[in-house]
Amino acid sequence: MLEFKNVSFRYDVDAFSMMEDLSFSVEDGEFVSIIGASGCGKSTIFRLINGLEKPQKGEILVDGKPIASLKQYSAFMPQKDLLFPWRTIEKNICLPMELAGVPPKEQEARCREVLEQVGLLDYMKKYPKDLSGGMKQRVSFARTLLSGADMLLLDEPFSALDYLTRVEMQEWLLHQWEHYDKTILFITHDVEEAVFLSQKIFVIQDRPFSSMEMVEVPLSYPRDRSDLKKPEIVELKEQLIGKLRRSVSV
Amino acid sequence: MKNISSLILVFILLVIWQGAAMGVDAAYILPSPTQILERLWELREPLILVHLPATMGVTALGLCISVVLGLLLAISMDWNPKLEKALYPIIVASQTIPTTAIAPLFILWFGYGIWSKVLVTILMTFFPIAITVFDGLKGTKREMEELLMTYGATKKDIFLKLKLPTALPSFFSAIKMSIPLSVIGAAIAEWLGAQKGLGYFSKRMMTQLDGAGVFAPVVLLSVVAMVTVWIITIIERKIITWRKEL
Ligand SMILES: Nc1ncnc2c1ncn2[C@@H]1O[C@H](COP(=O)(O)OP(=O)(O)OP(=O)(O)O)[C@@H](O)[C@H]1O
Ligand SMILES: [Mg+2]
Repeated sequence: MLEFKNVSFRYDVDAFSMMEDLSFSVEDGEFVSIIGASGCGKSTIFRLINGLEKPQKGEILVDGKPIASLKQYSAFMPQKDLLFPWRTIEKNICLPMELAGVPPKEQEARCREVLEQVGLLDYMKKYPKDLSGGMKQRVSFARTLLSGADMLLLDEPFSALDYLTRVEMQEWLLHQWEHYDKTILFITHDVEEAVFLSQKIFVIQDRPFSSMEMVEVPLSYPRDRSDLKKPEIVELKEQLIGKLRRSVSV
Repeated sequence: MKNISSLILVFILLVIWQGAAMGVDAAYILPSPTQILERLWELREPLILVHLPATMGVTALGLCISVVLGLLLAISMDWNPKLEKALYPIIVASQTIPTTAIAPLFILWFGYGIWSKVLVTILMTFFPIAITVFDGLKGTKREMEELLMTYGATKKDIFLKLKLPTALPSFFSAIKMSIPLSVIGAAIAEWLGAQKGLGYFSKRMMTQLDGAGVFAPVVLLSVVAMVTVWIITIIERKIITWRKEL
């Protein structure tokens, strides 16, 4: 379980706080999306969780323990694939395990297994330049998985992809989530994406924000794209877009 | 062949040169390309057996020392921002010092042996190598560095797994750039005072008013430098297959 307890944060260079007294929590195994206007601080939440930034006030806990005392509790997947062009797909995926000191034999076995699962086993010895955008994001996801963390932080992972690939990747991601039993925090600009994927949606509206409005999606898994046409879901989408609009105009 | 147009241009220039030289008809001032080649052939034994090895020895030694020192400096500046703040401006400023003008001092201080020449070569190549490699290390993407940090990477991990590969293309550029520089450095130093070497040989031919003899070692030097750069380029292409994507 992830908990933010009264967290306040401001970038050194900024005059204003990004968040003040923010508290929220995410349960194990949940799929939670965070939406909000550009620049409102979504990525900053991830930077706080993975320890790249330290809050000025408050505590961030994972399973009740402060994150400073933990290792490998979260894995971050950025918008750009950030695959290392000089490494093969296999070596890219093994990178987090290499850093964690996993024995090479085991690295390879796990890499094979996950590549099989994401459907890219044939590309093991290829280089990132040989892959399409969607494939690269899958590799990037595989790398994130193999860091061994139970909580995945996905920051707009599909926003650079074309519409069809994106839709395909969303279905694929749900599949992976059901298979791997991980907690996923997912940042997106795309309301439809958030609704299709997640159980809960956190909406950031104010600046600085001290809370996020939580909206539950009344759909069960497995989901189908046709679910998006249900009247209550269409209604929900409109509602969310309305909230985001308001926050932009403020 | 995509270099065909530049080859044609070179050929045209050579023809013009040949024509002009034949018109002037004073080989001690302007020898023609064919005269130079002829002279090169006549002088092949002393040039290739005695003077070329001498110059190459100086070049290789100077270049190796430069690469080691330049890498050390670049890496330590990248490692420690304080060092960068202190040294970087000095290095950039030092680029404006006319090395060729202070080369005679080295001969004065260190005599006619090999070390004065090696020092001139180092002086010519050390700073460009350090700066190019340093800029290469600095070209590391912040996002990639942060990604590694989220995996728990140490400073050393980041250096070995990210910075080093990122800077590799710059390293090759630095080498390719410094090969001609080091050859020039060695030749100038030999010109200023030596008992052997292509620079020295060229100077001796000058005192004998042998125009073609002055040019012959220069041609030899250029060819050797070009071939070396070409070999490095081939090695580079084998190792670096990702240059376009960065
Ligand atoms: N490392 C940093 N140092 C200083 N300021 C930063 C840093 N990163 C982001 N900011 C600032 O903080 C604000 C919020 O950034 P953040 O990246 O968290 O927003 P975001 O909600 O993820 O936006 P987007 O949807 O565009 O990705 C921005 O105004 C940005 O300029
Ligand atoms: Mg962002």
